[in-house]
Amino acid sequence: MESTSQLFGLNPLPDQLVVALAGNPNTGKSTVFNALTGLNQHTGNWPGKTVLRAEGSFMHRDKKILLVDLPGTYSLLATSADEQTARDFICLGRPQATVVVADATCLERNLNLALQVMEISSRVVVCVNLMDEARRRGIRVDVEALSSELGAPCIATAARDGLGLDKLKDAILDMAAGITDTSPRQVSYEPHVEQAAAQLEARIRPFLPGWANCRWVALRLLEGDSGIIRAICSSLDDDSEKVFLKEGAAAWAR
Amino acid sequence: MLQTIIPLSRLPNGAAGRVASLSARGLIRRHLLDLGLVTGARVEAIRRSPAGDPAAFNIKGALIALRNEDADRILIAID
Repeated sequence: MESTSQLFGLNPLPDQLVVALAGNPNTGKSTVFNALTGLNQHTGNWPGKTVLRAEGSFMHRDKKILLVDLPGTYSLLATSADEQTARDFICLGRPQATVVVADATCLERNLNLALQVMEISSRVVVCVNLMDEARRRGIRVDVEALSSELGAPCIATAARDGLGLDKLKDAILDMAAGITDTSPRQVSYEPHVEQAAAQLEARIRPFLPGWANCRWVALRLLEGDSGIIRAICSSLDDDSEKVFLKEGAAAWAR
Repeated sequence: MLQTIIPLSRLPNGAAGRVASLSARGLIRRHLLDLGLVTGARVEAIRRSPAGDPAAFNIKGALIALRNEDADRILIAID
């Protein structure tokens, strides 16, 4: 299968690892992007600022990394163009790793997105940013404990001051190169949902060759999420598409 | 103790409460949940636009503006 990143107008060099950068709005995501790539992408604070993703590259330990900045979103499941862009890229662009930038001052609300990304991809690094701001407010974040709870490496940063970026680059590279072993924590749903998802997953798997996460696709089909179903269909050939839609509809009817 | 339940749209500025339930369905419900409006979550009304709609609320550490139309579908138990 051709590199799906090309569907998104990206042309990574053959030896370049593609890494996506996701995060809630106002987590300093663009600051992290700029700090990693040395670019000076505009940072500002209004919705839809990054609807069209930006890209930049950097070298770390002699490896080339292409970093793709996604729009800031609270979720990958809802309705806005921003959320759709971010979700389609993580799901269909299949980056070698995804970094979720989280705000250390209100981690709880940021972990929603992190868990959703971890449902799609097992190659996730969580960047716990704004640690300086958290410290000022008397909030301490135990990144070691968070890493083991999530089953994904969590790195503390204060990107504005360049703190923690080397560690972040190490974690990104190790994840993208497949060096890091991960077992991301999976959200489990009610038994009847789990059962339906498992059945559907087994049926659609043959039609989604090379897809890392058929469980996630099965869950979206059950949810009747038409946006993602269309996006997936556009990457399938006609026959696979028909069977895929039929199985989805049948499962939904059950 | 008897709790007062009101729609979030009627929570006065400066007052706070906890989400008792959402009457929204479908994608709107999903979106509200993603914003942190899960049962038990604390919400504080911060300010309102001149016309009173939309209004801004502190939800789990982020200031979020909601239309009255959506805030009507969030039921709040007042502290």
